[in-house]
Order: sequence, then structure tokens, then C-alpha cells
Amino acid sequence: MRKGDLVYWVSAAIVLAVLVAFAMSDANEYFFFAGYTVLTVVTLATAWNILGGYAGYVNFGTAAFFGVGAYTAVLLFRALEAPLVIQIVAAAVVCGLMGFATGLLTLRLRGIFFAIATVALIFIMETVVINWRYLGGATGLQLLRPDLVGPFESYTRMLFAVMALMAVIGVSIARYIEVSWIGRGLRAIRDSEEAAEASGVPTLKLKLFACTVSGALMGAAGAPMPMYLSFIEPFSTFNLLWSVNALASAMIGGTAHWLGPVLGGLVLSSLQQIVTVTISSEINVLVVGVLLVFFVVAAPDGIFGLLKKLFLWRSRSSR
Amino acid sequence: MAQPLLQVKNVFKHFGGFTALADVSVDIAPGERFGLIGPNGSGKTTLINCVSGALRNESGSIVFDGEEISRLPAYRRTRLGIARSFQIPRPFASMSVLENLMVPLEYVARERRGEEEHAMALLRQIGLADKAHTPSNQLSQVELRKLELARALAAQPRLLISDEAMAGLSGSEVDEVLKILFELNATGITVIMIEHIMQAVMRFSQRVVCLDAGKIICEGAPADIVKNPDVQRAYLGA
Amino acid sequence: MFFSFDLLFEAVLFGVLLGCFYAAVSMGLAVAFGLLDVPHVAHPAVMVFGAYCTYLLGLYGWDPILAGIVLMPFFFVFGIALYRFYFETFEKRGTEAGVRGLAFFFGVAFIIEVCLILGFGVDQRTVHATYIGTSVSIGDYRIPQRMIVAFGLALILTVALTLYLSRTFTGRAIKAVAQDEAALRLMGVNPVRIKQWAFGIATAVAAIAGAMLIIVGPVEPTMDRLYIGRTFCIVVLAGLGSMTGTLAAGLILGISESIVLMMLGASWAPAVAFGLLLVVLAVRPQGLFGR
Repeated sequence: MRKGDLVYWVSAAIVLAVLVAFAMSDANEYFFFAGYTVLTVVTLATAWNILGGYAGYVNFGTAAFFGVGAYTAVLLFRALEAPLVIQIVAAAVVCGLMGFATGLLTLRLRGIFFAIATVALIFIMETVVINWRYLGGATGLQLLRPDLVGPFESYTRMLFAVMALMAVIGVSIARYIEVSWIGRGLRAIRDSEEAAEASGVPTLKLKLFACTVSGALMGAAGAPMPMYLSFIEPFSTFNLLWSVNALASAMIGGTAHWLGPVLGGLVLSSLQQIVTVTISSEINVLVVGVLLVFFVVAAPDGIFGLLKKLFLWRSRSSR
Repeated sequence: MAQPLLQVKNVFKHFGGFTALADVSVDIAPGERFGLIGPNGSGKTTLINCVSGALRNESGSIVFDGEEISRLPAYRRTRLGIARSFQIPRPFASMSVLENLMVPLEYVARERRGEEEHAMALLRQIGLADKAHTPSNQLSQVELRKLELARALAAQPRLLISDEAMAGLSGSEVDEVLKILFELNATGITVIMIEHIMQAVMRFSQRVVCLDAGKIICEGAPADIVKNPDVQRAYLGA
Repeated sequence: MFFSFDLLFEAVLFGVLLGCFYAAVSMGLAVAFGLLDVPHVAHPAVMVFGAYCTYLLGLYGWDPILAGIVLMPFFFVFGIALYRFYFETFEKRGTEAGVRGLAFFFGVAFIIEVCLILGFGVDQRTVHATYIGTSVSIGDYRIPQRMIVAFGLALILTVALTLYLSRTFTGRAIKAVAQDEAALRLMGVNPVRIKQWAFGIATAVAAIAGAMLIIVGPVEPTMDRLYIGRTFCIVVLAGLGSMTGTLAAGLILGISESIVLMMLGASWAPAVAFGLLLVVLAVRPQGLFGR
């Protein structure tokens, strides 16, 4: 194990422990309610970045994977009364397959066609769900939470802890990919796909791998959502805002490093909670769009890139 | 010749209505220094792309070391031993020079430990060791060309295709690159050189083929090729 | 479901009109993406914006066709500015620009959507004219008059644009810049100015397309998502860079959608464009008439 690995695992364990301990405290319920969404966005952004940041293939369809993950969980819950763990695993498998299939169809082509295909996914999946009565159709479904809360005071707190664990796992997976030879291959694909092939990189296989892992993680992040709301309906589940949040968080935070989506997700999500409560939810959505365009244009390396430059500048001027 | 390393047999390549390669056939012997010349647009890079796998030929076959490779994706052909440099250098711009070399080491040689040392050794061989940690998008033209060759070399090729590696370089820089290619050939690597710089082609090649409008118009020793009236006409116009 | 050749013929007839409309709506993208290779996923959003501008002018009694025509020069200027911005920020910088360019236009489309929601709400908006709401009888079939108007406009637009691109110097320069920028430069023509002019034209076309959009039916702010599917489907099916191909592809999509609408109902019709797009990408990505 490299030295950096030890530092990471210890930090990750500490963060997870802090979050779980927080979930067991008697802080205001609102924090867990909002915090769950923040953790979801961090996980989605991290998943998005595996394909978007590392390999350079933009996915507009995060909402499709998120939605299919949520509805897979609902299906299993209704049909088999499956426990949460099974729901999450199943969602991951189904969405991983969906990512693989989409990739197989379009990753041989230019990036923009993959991006448009992911928009198609949102439409197609939403249409499928709307026409599926067992899953509630267009009007949606009420869901009764099971009684299990474990050591936590409420179901929401338990879900918060589950999401914290998922976020840590997701970030760990992203980090592993990033620092390994897989990550180097993905970056080679992003920098010059032709040169990567000529250097022995199996570009299609790697892209499919990234797409599958990314999709699976997004699906897993969607699985607890129906339980979180006790309700599910297609329009908010397949809402494009999930796609925008994932993409914007990664691009605002910085796509080159696993910390980028985490930073971006934390900042953007928290900002959204504040704006929604103090101004309005419509303005909140506008803020996301404007920030995205601003960072893409003016600060392409994101917050992480800015921090890096600041740190370099400081260390240089202190000599 | 005894079993050729590379056999191109009756290869055709079209782009829509335009025929880039028409019935091209050529054999390359193992260890040979082979020159490929022809005016712009004659199909040299297209032929190279078909051999390396960046493009698929519509008909005809390409046989490498006895194995038919026309249907193989490019990365498999690299793993079989065909490496190429690009006419316009394509470094992995987000990576340092050293990291650029680690890609072929990790994906062709499948090294997962000690690639850094191996990469440094290659850089020393090529003469780029002092630039190991420089971001590859900050290199000069000749350094970029050397990086292209180093990256191709890291793939441990049996056949190296150098696509206009010397274009735009000064006289002494051309000599530098030529020296590297000679050294590589001396270790047993077969080299196909595409070049416009005639004196480099003449000095380097044992055999030269000239392409024009997708067809081979002449094949032979360098001295003979230069005197050939068809070749002169192709370059200078009728 | 009752099947009859009568119903089928009516669906096909409606599909031809619809398809021509779709083709006209895709012309702008055929230039911006097909020829100029700009990842302009915000083009449908600009068109929807055009539809809302037409609606606003309609509140003051303007006829939508007139409104569309009057909007064109403003959109033209906007298009030039947008392209200039895109070029300076992204195209100049090279490979990294791919992801950022896509994210940029995605962000722009989203901002347009949100601003429309903020300004007009999520409800549908319509416009009024003498030819909207009435039908015309052709033989045994009743065709809504607005479809005929849109069909006529679309034909005029298609013919005008095709002629422009093949008969005028600037038009041919636009087609040339798609194929060989370096050669154009050698001829003393500045490729950036040509591209920006072309993008301006594409955006002006979006204005009249927006007018057609609100003539054909009610508009709401998130419509652009569906039209991303329709316009990209047509442009890809046509083959990048082919204007006549755009018309053919539009007809194919229009007729397919109309038949699906007749057989399966309105909730499945939107999926046709996206489904057809995925099929084309999988089977023949260069399209019918691709370069």
C-alpha cells in the first residue's frame, strides 16, 4: 500500500465515523433531511466524474440512472419486501447494465452522440415508468417505511448514515480508479483516443467499464430515495435537475481529482438548500445553471484547481 | 524474401466516393529499413492507418508475422508488435513526459510495478530524461517528436512506423531523430519511415516505395527511385 | 385499435406536413452542428425562446409569421455573439474543449429553460391567428390549416437555405469551411468570420422555427428537451452536412411519429425520435447522405 493510501483510508474512516456519530446525536432533524440530499449529490457527482472527468465522455442522463435505481428499489420492495441492502445492490446491477448497454450502442462514436443518447435514456425510462401501473404510473406510489431503524432515532437518520457510507464507498472507488493504471488509461483516452489505442489501450473496453461503474453507482444512489420520501413519482425522480446537479458539481468542483466532485457537491448542494429556503426554488435552479456556465467558462479546473493554484502561489511566494 | 514481417496484399480504402488506396501491395522484411514517399494526399498516412488499425481497409488483407490482422482493433495490433508515431504529435497533454510513457508500458507490456524506472530508462535512451516531469504540452517540436518515438518504443515493437517524424525540424534536429531511428533498427526493430525530407529517406532506407494517388508507382533502391521519371512527375507535376 | 387504410393515409398525410415542419426546425442545427461541428445542444432551447418571443409579440396583436420574420435579425446578431463567445472560449483551446463545450451549451439550454419558467410559468402558451383553429378539407380528409401554413413556411425556408448554400459565394464558403478550412484560408477567406456568419444564420432560422413551433401547437418551457431528440435525430439520419437529406430525414421522422401516434397514442410518440436516433447511431451513424 502506498503512503497516500493510508492517509486516505484513515481520513475516510474518520469522516464516516463523524457522520454516523452525528446521525446518532440529537441534532435537528432538518440537518439529516437536507444532508441526505447533499450526500446524494456528492455520490452522483463522483459517479458522473468517473466517465465525464476521467474519460471525457459527458453524460446528460444522470437522472435516468438515478430514476431507474429508485424504481428498481420500489419494484423489489413491493414485490418481495426486499431489505434496503438488496434494493441498493439490485439498483446498482440494473443501472450498471443500463450503462453498459448505452455505452455499447454509442461509445464507439463521438462524445456528443453518447451525450444525446443519455438524454434519450431519460425520456425512454420516464415513458416506461409512466406506463407501468404496478410502479405507480404517472400519479406515483405511497410507500410504508419498514420499522427497522437500527441504533438511530429515525428512519431519516438511518438513511443519512447509509448515504454517508455510500458516498465514502463511491469516492473510494473513484479514487482507486483515478490513481491506478485504469485511471491513466482513461486519461489517455480523454487526451487523445487515437494515441491511446496506438499505445495499446483497449479504449472501448475501458470506456464501457467506466460507463458501467458510473451507472451502477448512480443507480445505487437512487435506491434509498423512495424510502427517504415515502413516496415516488416519475416527474421529480427523472427530473433533469439531478443531471444538472451531478454535472455542475463535478465541473464546479474540478474534474481532474476525486476531491473535485466532493467539494463541488458540498458547495452546490448547500448553496441550493440556502437559496431555496431564503429566496425561492426557481431562483435556486437558475443559480445552478449560471454557476455551471461561469465555471466552465472562467474556471475550467474548478474549485480544486483554484485551490491548487493558490497553494502553489503561496508556497512559491514564501521562499 | 524469406517470411516477410508485414504483408500488405491488394488493399483498398475509400472515403465516400474518394479512393485513397487502390490495390496496394507491398512486403516488408524483418529488420528492414523501409522508406515510404509520395506527394501530399497520395495515401501514405492512410496506408499507415490501415496497417496500425486506426482505419479499416475495405478489401485486401494485412498480414503481420503470418497472422491476418485486418479485423483487429488498433490496440491489439500494438500488443502484437506494431507501433507508430503520429504525423502531428499527439501527446497525452494532461500528463508529464514520464507518465506518457507509462501508458504503453502499462497497457502493452502490462507492467504494473516498476514502470517508472523502465520509463526513465527509455527517456535516457531517447535523450529526454531531463524533461521527465515536464508537462507534455510544454515541449518543443523536436522534443514532441522524440516523445512520439519514445512512446512507440515503450510498446516494445517489432515494427515501428515513423510518420513524418522530422517534418519542420532543423538540420541538426533531423540528424538527432535519424540517429535514434538507426539505433532502434540496430536492435532488430523493423522501421517504416514516411518522410518528405529526401536526404533523410536516402540515408536511412534500404528500400523505398513511392505512392501517388493511392497507387504504388515505383519500388526499389533509394538511388533508383530518385531518378525514376514517374516519381519526379508525381512530385513536380507533369 | 381499429386499423384502416383511410386512417393510415391520413396519418401519412399528417406525417408529411409534420415532417416538413420538423425538417425546417432542424435546418438551423444542420448548419450549426452538421456543418460547423458545434455541439449546440442549446439550439432547440433558442428555438423555444423564439416561440415565446413570438407569443409576446402576439399579445400585442402581431401575426406569428410576421413576428418570426421580424425576430430574425435580432436572433442573427445573437447567434454571431454566441458563436464568437464559444469560439474564443472553447474552440481555440483544443481537446479539453469537447467536454467543456458540451457542458457550456447544456448550461445555456438549462438557463434559457429556467428563465422562461420564471418569466412565463410552466403552463402552456398559445398564439392566435386566423389560420389557427380552423381546418381545410382536402378530398375526404380534414387538415388543420395551421399545419398547412407551417408546411408552406417550412418549404420556403428549406428551399431558400438550400439555394443560399449552393448559389451564393458566402453560402458555398460555409459548405467549404466544413470540409477544408485550410484551403479556404488560402483563398483569402477568414474561416472564423464565415463560421460566425453561418451560426448567425442558423440562429435566425431558429427564430422563424420558433414561430412555426407556436403556430403548430402550444409551447411550454421544457419542450426543448424533446426537440433535442427530434432535431438531432433528423440531422444524424440525414448525414452531417446534407441539407436535402434533412428534408428526407424530417419526412421519415414525421411519418413515423404520426403512425405511432395513431397506433399507440400520444404518450409513446415522443419516444420515436429518440428511439430512431439510437437505431441510426447503432446501425448507420453516417446517416443517409453523410459526407
